[in-house]
Amino acid sequence: MSNTKDNQGQLWEVFVQASPGIPHKHSGSVHATDKEMALQNARDLYTRRSEGTSIWVVPSSAIVASAPEDSGMLFDPSNDKPYRHPTFYVMPEGAKNI
Amino acid sequence: MENVNHLEKFQAVIDADSKIEPKDWMPEDYRKHLIRQISQHAHSEVIGMQPEGNWITRAPSLRAKLILLAKIQDEAGHGLYLYSACETLGISREELIEQLHTGKAKYSSIFNYPAVTWADIGAIGWLVDGAAIVNQISLQRTSYGPYSRAMIRICKEESFHQRQGYEIMGKLALGTPEQKEMAQDALNRWWWPSLMMFGPHDTDSPHSGKAMTWRIKRESNDVLRQRFIDKTVQQTEVIGLKIPDDKLKWNETKGVYEHGEIDWEEFNQVINGNGPLNKIRLANHISAHENGAWVREAANAYAAKQKKEVLVA
Repeated sequence: MSNTKDNQGQLWEVFVQASPGIPHKHSGSVHATDKEMALQNARDLYTRRSEGTSIWVVPSSAIVASAPEDSGMLFDPSNDKPYRHPTFYVMPEGAKNI
Repeated sequence: MENVNHLEKFQAVIDADSKIEPKDWMPEDYRKHLIRQISQHAHSEVIGMQPEGNWITRAPSLRAKLILLAKIQDEAGHGLYLYSACETLGISREELIEQLHTGKAKYSSIFNYPAVTWADIGAIGWLVDGAAIVNQISLQRTSYGPYSRAMIRICKEESFHQRQGYEIMGKLALGTPEQKEMAQDALNRWWWPSLMMFGPHDTDSPHSGKAMTWRIKRESNDVLRQRFIDKTVQQTEVIGLKIPDDKLKWNETKGVYEHGEIDWEEFNQVINGNGPLNKIRLANHISAHENGAWVREAANAYAAKQKKEVLVA
């Protein structure tokens, strides 16, 4: 952190829900010194044209992210486990609505 | 050995037209190039508020004033999207501002020209934002994820800017002879600097080489400039104005407009600080930043006090 005179506040990540019922999606970041300011800045920056119905702001430092080098292990497509998909199962001839 | 492996993987991601994200390994030069380009872009958005801000109190109608305020607020927003994208590369907002103030980082030379009449506000929206859009549409496909996402967001908002500028020019061009003359005068002054916004010719562009291999830039300066010229000529004809270039003519075989030579001496002069308003633009930014110091101090003091209260409670 640099001196107070230049301090632009900490970084917050902004998540906006575009319409009721759908998930909040990451929109970008803002700088703010406290949570009210973060919310206000996020509103001013990311929802000037009715882009949202709800906003979440989270201090960037609170986000735990997976490391790119672990992505192989974490996101293996599990092609050896086809029984996780409904198409794996053989349905009896003539059965409906299943 | 490790680096060679990293570099191959990195280039493979880029060649597959996928995106590089902040935590991914990247060559130091890629990071440096991005910081330079994105910060220059961010500073341009912010400095670009000045020529227009100059006209808020003199806008000719309440409608025009509201539009101008909204546009300038957008420019501030675009600056902030870009600063955030740049910060993902490991540089702080404070450092970015400092680089602008010390002259280490540049902003687009176009904003060193004055907006002397209301028609200039039209010309800036139509031509300057128009040229910026051509560049930004291409940059939506840049290889760095946060930069690409910022560009997509900016492009969505930017077309209003160009249309409001063109509307101003169109109205003036259809007005009294004096108004039409004012519009033509603004076009005369802004045309060439707008072409310069795309940077030097491809053969003289010092930063382009690796930027294309790394897909930071997707199309060359000359390709983008040509696209801007080709679409602007027709728009100029529709409102009855004339582009100030005697050599401008349609080339049937190539399917593009040929244009006269750009005054690169002027371009270099403005880049090197000798444009009409370089000193004033920067001095304004520095003074706004310094005058805002008490706000930052108060906000930080308030945040510290709140934290203390939470601890006590």
